[in-house]
Amino acid sequence: MIDEIPVEYTGARSVGGPLLIVQDVSGVGWDEDATITLDTGEQRHGVVLDVSDDLAVVQVFEGTSGISLDKVRVAFSGTPMRVPVGPQWLGRVCNGRGEPIDGGPPVRGDHLVAVNGVPINPAARQLPRDPIVTGISAIDGLTTLVRGQKLPIFSVGGLPHLELAAQIAAQARVADGAFQIVFAAMGVTHADADATRDVLEERSESGDLALFINTASDPVVERVLTPRLALTVAEHLAFERGGHVLVLMCDMTSYAEAVREVSAARGEVPGRQGYPGYLFSDLASLYERCGRLQVSPGSLTQIPVLTMPAGDITHPVPDLTGYITEGQIVLSQEMQSRNVYPPFDALSSLSRLMRHGVGRDLTRADHMAVSGQVYAALSHARQVRELTDLVGESGLGEGDRAYLRFADALETGFVNQGRSEGRSIDDSLERAWTALTLLPVGDLSRLDPDDLARHLALQLPASEAAP
Amino acid sequence: MSGAPAALASGTVRRVNGPVVDVVGLDGVAMFDVVAIGEAGLAGEIVSIDGDVATAQVYEYDGGVAPGDRVTSRGEQLSITLGPGLLGHVFDGILRPLEPEVVWLAAGRSDNPAADTTRHFTPAASVGEHLTGGALLGRVTEGEHFEHRVLVPPGIEGILTQLAPESDARADQPIARVGDVDVSMSHRWPVRVPRPARARDREPRLLRTGQRVLDLLYPIVRGSSASVPGGFGTGKTLLQQQIAKWCDAEVIVYVGCGERGNEMIDVLDDLAQLSDPRTGGPLRERTVCIANTSNMPVMAREASIYTGVAVAEYFRDMGYDVVVIADSTSRWAEALREFASRTNQLPAEEGYPATLASALAAFYERAGSFTTLGGSRGSVTIIGAVSPPGGDLTEPVTAQTRRFVRCVWSLDRDLAYARHYPAVSWNESFSRDSDAIAGVRSAAGDTQWAERRALALALLAEAERLESLVELVGAAALPDRQRVMLRSAKLLKESVLQQDAMSDADAYCGEAKQQALLEMILAIHERFLELVDHGVSAERLDELDLARVSAARESGGAEDVAAVTAIRDSALATLKAIG
Ligand SMILES: Nc1ncnc2c1ncn2[C@@H]1O[C@H](COP(=O)(O)OP(=O)(O)OP(=O)(O)O)[C@@H](O)[C@H]1O
Ligand SMILES: [Mg+2]
Repeated sequence: MIDEIPVEYTGARSVGGPLLIVQDVSGVGWDEDATITLDTGEQRHGVVLDVSDDLAVVQVFEGTSGISLDKVRVAFSGTPMRVPVGPQWLGRVCNGRGEPIDGGPPVRGDHLVAVNGVPINPAARQLPRDPIVTGISAIDGLTTLVRGQKLPIFSVGGLPHLELAAQIAAQARVADGAFQIVFAAMGVTHADADATRDVLEERSESGDLALFINTASDPVVERVLTPRLALTVAEHLAFERGGHVLVLMCDMTSYAEAVREVSAARGEVPGRQGYPGYLFSDLASLYERCGRLQVSPGSLTQIPVLTMPAGDITHPVPDLTGYITEGQIVLSQEMQSRNVYPPFDALSSLSRLMRHGVGRDLTRADHMAVSGQVYAALSHARQVRELTDLVGESGLGEGDRAYLRFADALETGFVNQGRSEGRSIDDSLERAWTALTLLPVGDLSRLDPDDLARHLALQLPASEAAP
Repeated sequence: MSGAPAALASGTVRRVNGPVVDVVGLDGVAMFDVVAIGEAGLAGEIVSIDGDVATAQVYEYDGGVAPGDRVTSRGEQLSITLGPGLLGHVFDGILRPLEPEVVWLAAGRSDNPAADTTRHFTPAASVGEHLTGGALLGRVTEGEHFEHRVLVPPGIEGILTQLAPESDARADQPIARVGDVDVSMSHRWPVRVPRPARARDREPRLLRTGQRVLDLLYPIVRGSSASVPGGFGTGKTLLQQQIAKWCDAEVIVYVGCGERGNEMIDVLDDLAQLSDPRTGGPLRERTVCIANTSNMPVMAREASIYTGVAVAEYFRDMGYDVVVIADSTSRWAEALREFASRTNQLPAEEGYPATLASALAAFYERAGSFTTLGGSRGSVTIIGAVSPPGGDLTEPVTAQTRRFVRCVWSLDRDLAYARHYPAVSWNESFSRDSDAIAGVRSAAGDTQWAERRALALALLAEAERLESLVELVGAAALPDRQRVMLRSAKLLKESVLQQDAMSDADAYCGEAKQQALLEMILAIHERFLELVDHGVSAERLDELDLARVSAARESGGAEDVAAVTAIRDSALATLKAIG
């Protein structure tokens, strides 16, 4: 806001962690945006977390280091924190607060919008439908991403989830309409940030991608802001301008840790593993900013990426995320150790909205049947593998052995793919078929008999050639 | 209701901490009074009073509210307007309409439903009668079929001195005068106060859900209560949506409490498309939807389940059987916890306030089958999902809820992981209504009902025990009799317990077909045992192709018993040929 000159208060009562307590304020409202000026002239941003009589508790996004109690000046804007929105963000690379790090001028938008957003009326929504093709066989084939869905990636430290997210951001597409990507990185190392920028360079240059990067050395509390900034920009592109927008947010565990830090600084009663009791609502206030509206042709789809500390899926961050999102894509250490990229754990993964995004006019008529058959076969293959541990492979019947061959073929021919390889839906599904035809024909009850006959005929020369 | 209204108290904001606002100077304010906060008049409810500081939970985003802002009491407890116009519509947690035209739910929306719609009122009482609360005044038809009964509101009594003739009238305009009180088609009711009824009704009546695993193994009666605990993705929402679609209640109140926006629109779309087998009208016409999704104001989530039950009681009072679906009660409990934490209340278990157990008990106590004030019979059945953190069934909300409900339909992660849906666990679930239901079934001529249920449960328990053995020694090491038990249990799971919510043929299953499927499996099981006892090897039986038996649930329509009988006869014939 430029029209009103805000009152500026000099001096603060106390400062600690990310919090600054300003005294003798009057008329300052909860959730108001604050500008903090240090004696060096440096300006920082904050938001009011609590106001009581004449005291305001301000959370400073850039942290409080260097703030001296008597010299600091704090001005309150009279409005919640707002950011400019518009297509001007596309093609730009900014830090976690939206300041350019690409050498360009500050991003100015069409108008200002509150970063916290406003809840969507559930009755004004439209059910997510139509696919986004990520070019990743495992995802497109088995856990199809649907426009308007929120589908997280659950990973573990050391797995290539950031690479996978960047690959999706670089190559995802839709069959119709404008398609844009907003990528928010939180708490990533400089090396990872650079690698991500490289992968995304082409898409960024073509003006289809906005990138926000908060690195591990940037202020922690800034991470509370980064996804909100990204989503505010994305909501505008999707719902005001009618585009299809995919938002990737990585790593949500770093985000949640920042929320925990603020909570601890406020002395709140900690819940599970020290996270505040309101973490569910806090995460929901991000993840629910997605979907489709009856009044807009656009869609906002989210892929939040998170790491499960110690691989524990019951840890609050994956657990609460799973309670809000519409399925999950799970990456596993086991697949990684077999050198499969992406290390996609099919049996733990599910896209709850898949059926709205696949089929005859959307992907292919046989899509649902193929994925259902792959899942059924994989879960049988898992049983067979357990049995093998007990009786040895020689103790298996021929039918069961076919399941092991199927699982291997699926892993190498379908799941595994190159880090810059984008596959079409047809290609992905055909690869799944190739693995399926290794199974006893009588077991393929979910597939259409004509489709099956055609694929068996295709496979014939190959299997004849085999010894 | 006479004399000039007392001047409403007003005070000022002292502190704002998210959705919790401390107010000073509100003289004479009482617990649960509603206040209007700040210039925008944001709705809040007083939920604690300490000396001259009253603490309000605010039902809106309250950014910008500052110490010194004015707060006015509205002079009533958190109340909703009950009347025609609820069915088929969507509301937020404090029953403000959510019309699809409004996309963004900014703070400060009006809480008055469109009162200017007229309804066609048909009188059903006579002037001069002495009427008490619950007496029938007239009727309004809602949608194509629903008979909305206009009753004298509870607490009003006297001679009916005026009654509108058959006419179109506004819901908020008087249509009758009882004693010295004008009565309209709608009235206000405080959501936290249970609506009175004459007596609890003890005669058990079945509630048919159309879900086999529930109706056959863990059945429920009208007016009972059930909890559906399960980790994320285990199928709580889908199971509850199936019940909302297919159970044989007359009214459904579906409360989306702190869950997903996409799910709400999904269930609304489905209900609009599916037709009610009883009336032929769209199922949405029997449903009131209360949607306070996870990103909507947290405190209104707390109120939403009370709003839902109050609406249900309103229809119960007309003599209807109502089912309240609450998805998820854990989100309601979390709102309680958030409030407790922001007001520095001493936490009990895991940060929940010490009042959690009593609040849960009071909520489920509002379920029941009653003789209404008007003398008819109506019921409220409450089915609440619980979302335990980390799937841990010992956490406070799950454990406390278990104490106060009659049925637990516990969803198991391993079953869901194996895509066995609905993932209702046979180890953790129970129904305290099953004996009563056995009595009802047997009185209706089905004397074997309890026995079939017991056989099925025993088979599942035995298979469970054997499966853990198999993990140690392999199936081949088991005696033949035990191996066929495993086979029968597998058939029971595949052809009876599993039910595909996405399949048109299987989503709902009629009562007779349910019984036929279970009888088929028990008959095959009996025959299996006879055969091994006669020396037929379990291997031989394992090789039999019984795919048609497993697929029988998808054969024919929801009521098609003949299709099942045919499959059973042919399977039994195959088995006979072996013996
Ligand atoms: N009866 C069923 N038939 C077919 N699929 C089912 C069934 N029940 C559950 N599923 C599958 O499981 C998924 C998750 O179900 P649901 O949304 O009901 O889980 P939930 O327990 O409510 O999870 P959350 O706690 O995250 O809300 C569904 O999207 C669907 O794919
Ligand atoms: Mg759910």
